[in-house]
Amino acid sequence: MSFINYASREINCKIVYYGPGLCGKTTNLQFVYNKTADSSKGKMISLATETERTLFFDFLPLALGEIRGFKARFHLYTVPGQVFYDASRKLILKGVDGVVFVADSQQERLDANIESMENLRDNLEEQGLDLDRIPFVIQYNKRDLPGVCSVEELSSLLNPRKVPETEACAASGEGVFETLKVIAKLVLNDLKKTN
Amino acid sequence: MLEASSSLVMYDEEYQRISALIDRLLREANARAIFLVDKDGQLIAATGETEHLDTTSLASLTAGNIAATGGLAKLIGEKEFSILFHEGEKDNIHISIVGGRVILVVIFDQRSSLGLVRLRVKRAGRDLDLILEDLVRKTVVHNDQSAAMNPFAEITDDDIDNLFK
Repeated sequence: MSFINYASREINCKIVYYGPGLCGKTTNLQFVYNKTADSSKGKMISLATETERTLFFDFLPLALGEIRGFKARFHLYTVPGQVFYDASRKLILKGVDGVVFVADSQQERLDANIESMENLRDNLEEQGLDLDRIPFVIQYNKRDLPGVCSVEELSSLLNPRKVPETEACAASGEGVFETLKVIAKLVLNDLKKTN
Repeated sequence: MLEASSSLVMYDEEYQRISALIDRLLREANARAIFLVDKDGQLIAATGETEHLDTTSLASLTAGNIAATGGLAKLIGEKEFSILFHEGEKDNIHISIVGGRVILVVIFDQRSSLGLVRLRVKRAGRDLDLILEDLVRKTVVHNDQSAAMNPFAEITDDDIDNLFK
């Protein structure tokens, strides 16, 4: 949940990037990190295996600027996508303010996307959160690869609620900031009603 | 105890009380640095030799650490492990959960000892718990009052767009 600090005039929000293994969650964060001015970002932490698969989480703190006299800080996290790391994923969702689901557009990953989306819904439920009510964005990643599913097909399977969706190629950075902007907007708008 | 699902709100008055409390703990425990971190990974307050430390990362990793050991605790049928201790060559970290939601982190070297830190943390934890209870009461009262209390009630799309310019 967001943390409003009247003493230091800061508002902190937590955004989690979710999705199946190798869909590009860490790549999203790495691009944001590389393209953000030093003054606006903290150190990026990646708790990864020797083969650079996320083991626990990646973490990137961002300071976006001021809103209504409060410094807006976003803490971006990724979860480990591999199926057997479910216990870790549950922990990272604690206190989440908004979720970005990074879907892998490749045909052969369609089942993995659906499974991960169901897993997200279940894990949020365990935290007492409803995927249909929290700020939520779906990013269709890897649009540059050959043989990807159409956005319409992905959307009909993954996005029945018609939440905002973006297209991206996280490796080149296309759509990465657009996605971040959409989720940040939803999270900040959500503050109006929750506090 | 703070509700795990509610937003944490910090007011000036409680912030000053917390700062005074951890300053005192720093002296009494001969510690190098002390941090107070929300279980969600947000840094609440810090004191001591913090200038060379990446405090934001420290807060996030501490919360991850507590979450992971909490998961382990549940697996063996414990509610949580309320104290963690990491021993290094020079510096050590003592981590404890206070009031069910916040994490007190004490970093100390050979000028102090685990026994002293444990003793001082125990007392500080009780005092901290009282401040946190006040904070919860205040937050509930504020939430009950009109939306005018909410500084974000009037956020516009333009405000948000300005953040990304």
